[in-house]
Amino acid sequence: MFVRVIANYLVILWFCCSAAYADIAVTIGYLEQVEPQPPVLSNLDPIPENEGLAGVEVGLKDNATTGRFLKQTYALETRVVEEGGDFESAARELLAVTPFLIVKAPENQLLRVADLPEAAGAILFNTSAEETGLRDAACRSNILHTLPSRAMRTDALAQFGVRKKWTDWVVIAGPYPADQAFADAIEKSARKFGIRIRERKAWDVSADMRRSAFQELPLFTQDFPEHDLVVVADETDDFGRYVPYNSWVPRPVGGTEGIVPVAWDRTVEQWGAAQLQSRFEKTAGRSMRPVDYAAWAAMRAIGEAVTRTNQADAGAVRDYLLSGKFELAGFKGRPLTFRTWNGQLRQPIPLVHPRALVAQAPLEGFLHQRTELDTLGIDEAESACTAFRE
Amino acid sequence: MRILWQITGLAIGMGLSIATADEIWVSNEKDDTISVIDIDTLEVTRTIDVGERPRGITFAIDHSVLYLCASDSDTVQVIDPETGKILHELPSGEDPEQFVLHPDGKHLYIANEDDAITTVVDTDTRKVIAQIDVGIEPEGMAVSPDGKIAITTSETTNMAHWIDTGTQELFANTIVDQRPRHAEFTHDGSELWVSSEIGGTITVFDRENQQEKAKIEFEIQGIHPDRVQPVGFEMTRDGQHVFVALGPANHIAVVDPKTYEVTDYILVGRRVWHMAFNGDESLLFTTNGVSGDVTVIDVESLEPIKSIKVGRFPWGAAYRPTN
Repeated sequence: MFVRVIANYLVILWFCCSAAYADIAVTIGYLEQVEPQPPVLSNLDPIPENEGLAGVEVGLKDNATTGRFLKQTYALETRVVEEGGDFESAARELLAVTPFLIVKAPENQLLRVADLPEAAGAILFNTSAEETGLRDAACRSNILHTLPSRAMRTDALAQFGVRKKWTDWVVIAGPYPADQAFADAIEKSARKFGIRIRERKAWDVSADMRRSAFQELPLFTQDFPEHDLVVVADETDDFGRYVPYNSWVPRPVGGTEGIVPVAWDRTVEQWGAAQLQSRFEKTAGRSMRPVDYAAWAAMRAIGEAVTRTNQADAGAVRDYLLSGKFELAGFKGRPLTFRTWNGQLRQPIPLVHPRALVAQAPLEGFLHQRTELDTLGIDEAESACTAFRE
Repeated sequence: MRILWQITGLAIGMGLSIATADEIWVSNEKDDTISVIDIDTLEVTRTIDVGERPRGITFAIDHSVLYLCASDSDTVQVIDPETGKILHELPSGEDPEQFVLHPDGKHLYIANEDDAITTVVDTDTRKVIAQIDVGIEPEGMAVSPDGKIAITTSETTNMAHWIDTGTQELFANTIVDQRPRHAEFTHDGSELWVSSEIGGTITVFDRENQQEKAKIEFEIQGIHPDRVQPVGFEMTRDGQHVFVALGPANHIAVVDPKTYEVTDYILVGRRVWHMAFNGDESLLFTTNGVSGDVTVIDVESLEPIKSIKVGRFPWGAAYRPTN
């Protein structure tokens, strides 16, 4: 048995007057593959080592508090695999004790685990891989995504551009695959919402921008055609920070720099978010980041399903999460639910600059027959994901 | 406003008798002030400086003092309503958001939002007499008319916690929909109502067995159900209406408490949050956080009759009779 379920009927009878809850003990696995970080120009903003795990821990506490009143307990098993470590073995170890895995790993590793025979009836929560393909042709029925796809983020920026009537963009894309993927997603979102990409230029400047941004950037941006917004695609946070205020013509910057579409940010404080932020800061000693948020949401989704169904087997939890009954109060102003065709958690996308929330997508006026949240990312009709149709 | 207040204060100080009208006191969360509305003229007559992030607001049963949750000052302030002066502070636990005064007039039950605790304070001795562990982000507070049961709702745990006021211990925990915000017992004490902001519902419980008795849903033409978010609500004493603030839907729903049916929707200001009646319940005052105003609703006709500009982010409202 993966999960221990003890139903104590005497206790149920004794508590006859409130809802009948059985003793349930749930173990949740956290599985992480540490990834090498490419060198970046500035060391100002290091990525915290416990990004993800810290969100899991806060979510676990939230679940435990609710569980206390219902005789439900939650335990966490963690495997953090260093670079070059044996990720599959770690995954197997966890799958031997629980069907619920919260995963922080790159796309290929995530898929490898999802395709293990041991993972057949499990639920993996993807908290770090943004690849839109994972929600499309490469989807797996045992992966749910609490992190928004890259397409959801770039769609949010495109909606913002349309609303502001900033409809001519130029793109500066870094050399890494993630940079290229972001720039591609920007182009796709631009087509979807009627924004013109006037030029896409590869970032190929090798000078140290800490000294020379003021000289280099005007030159680099001088020959761009007329545009309203400079979109930066720099997922590794290398050169993007040197673009604002240094372009040839005065234009706002967006993308991975300037106004940034995110799953979460410290500047989100509406909709009760201030409470989640302060709970997180108390626990982690830093502000909550997108991967932390996705990990927290995964933990809370499991908690919600167990609380509401009073069951802890993977089948019941999965059925509940994908049913119309599930909704998660995710501090983004409206209930979050899963898309039944690809397992993506529907969610608003905050558009932020470093000091404040600018707007939150879906922006007013972008309509959808189901929910406006489905104007962000791959919609059912265009999704090539078939794994959820069975 | 401030000048007017000083003059009024002066007049009172000089012992002149001024016939004053009843008032509605509104806590302005993002201004650290209270706006006092004159019910006859429907104008703000005083603005009072208070502690940081004022939210929960209620008068003593004899209206001799006002209790105010100054959330970011981590205290409950006790204010003289005549002078607007802060008389003293009560220990409240951290980040008090909402509270309810027990019918004995003595015990305040306070939700400590950041600490997952309900604190019980004796307003006479100014001492904490109990702290009760509840769910995460406690907010809604209610007490039964006979004083035997106090309720705390917790926003992230999604429960109503039932407290036996004799022992100050929990005796039941009932699940509600996502993000419960506010709780009230019916005037006869037989039912507990709990609003769920993100769930978009009100759950009605039978007080005797804590079982769910009804669930009320809301639907407004042209507004996506996700944005219809019930928060504060108030019941008329005559049992005719329950008024429910629907947050970002910018409407007040009118519910028939006998049939649990929604009978009307009234357009008010943006992000409507809480409300208070005047003395004879002919008028209802709603706090509209985002638009920074108060909508006055005529209860007889169910029509909004005026909106009154107050401070930034009005949160709660309380009625004060002056005669």
